[in-house]
Amino acid sequence: MIYLQLFIEFAKVSIFCVGGGYASMPLIQAAVVDKYAWLTLPEFVDVFTISQMTPGPIGINAATFAGMKVAGVLGAIAATAGFVAPSLLLGIALAKLFFKYGNIGPIRGALNGLRPAVIALICGAAIDFILLAVWNVETLAGGLGNTDWTSLLILALALLALHYKYGVITILATSGVLGVLLGLIKTF
Amino acid sequence: MQQSKSPTAKTGAGFYWKLFSSTFLISAFTVGGGYVIIPLLKAKYVDEYGWINDKEALDMVAIAQSMPGIVAVNACIILGYRMAGLMGTITALLATTLPPLITIGIIARCYDTFASNPIVQMALKGMQCGATALIVKVAIDLFRKQAKKKLLLPLAIVLATFVANVFFDVNIMALVLIDGLIGFFLMQNPKYN
Repeated sequence: MIYLQLFIEFAKVSIFCVGGGYASMPLIQAAVVDKYAWLTLPEFVDVFTISQMTPGPIGINAATFAGMKVAGVLGAIAATAGFVAPSLLLGIALAKLFFKYGNIGPIRGALNGLRPAVIALICGAAIDFILLAVWNVETLAGGLGNTDWTSLLILALALLALHYKYGVITILATSGVLGVLLGLIKTF
Repeated sequence: MQQSKSPTAKTGAGFYWKLFSSTFLISAFTVGGGYVIIPLLKAKYVDEYGWINDKEALDMVAIAQSMPGIVAVNACIILGYRMAGLMGTITALLATTLPPLITIGIIARCYDTFASNPIVQMALKGMQCGATALIVKVAIDLFRKQAKKKLLLPLAIVLATFVANVFFDVNIMALVLIDGLIGFFLMQNPKYN
């Protein structure tokens, strides 16, 4: 039952994602790309890219995209519902607890341990993304392929632009245009 | 001035429609995560409609931020619950999730058609590099912020988790679970907050 599987898998991801949108990325990648192969890594990076330019939290966007690709509209709804279900239950429980005791201390400690974990996982995802963009490989296991110098150039320029605080959408749009221009130059 | 305004009634179809439409519009036109959307929600609920007071809203947002899941969705769930109980939660939740569900649903439908076009492929490849830069920047910033705190245990967790994940392919959920337990037992001290 693919709908149930989507629901459960995204519910699991959502329970483990702490600390904002980027934190959900490595977990979604582990489930959607590595475990079930619902999306390929390049497709997943595209979802991430599209998420940066469209409204909505990245977790919801990834759930919707993966669900849609795997099982159509119902799949998208199942995945998204799975993603928000734990928040719904926990949110109501915590809101009630908070009004009663005004304190959510017990979960603080666990969250303090999760935050550094999330940093490590995001660093791991960054490495996956670099390998794919510049060397077109998905793991370090097979060694690096040929270096894609145009991609490396765009990546470096984008990093520079981020450092100078250009907007995300500007940077992504410019990267896209550069990709087409450099791609065309390479072809001819 | 806000205090003197009589609070808008929080019952009836009128309230739910207002809650739904205002939240839906904010969700539909806000690019960026929770840190962008929450101030906008607060401006609507607190300043414009007076459904909830400022301090309470801030407390709710603090809970939303320390809960697992998506911060913006959590905030809607908790604020909705605080304002109008379960119905408020469901209304606010639908209003936040529907816009991205519809937008991305349509994009996913068209994706395969567009993604096979060579020009689109080049553009996507370029944007992939931009997105890679973005996540690299996020990773570096987060790491530096953590390193600046000069706390040994969190740094050890970062390094151990990174090595286990990248070089030994340890299951991510297992890693998260272990780190959560370490935090639960060893990191309740407020200096780790």
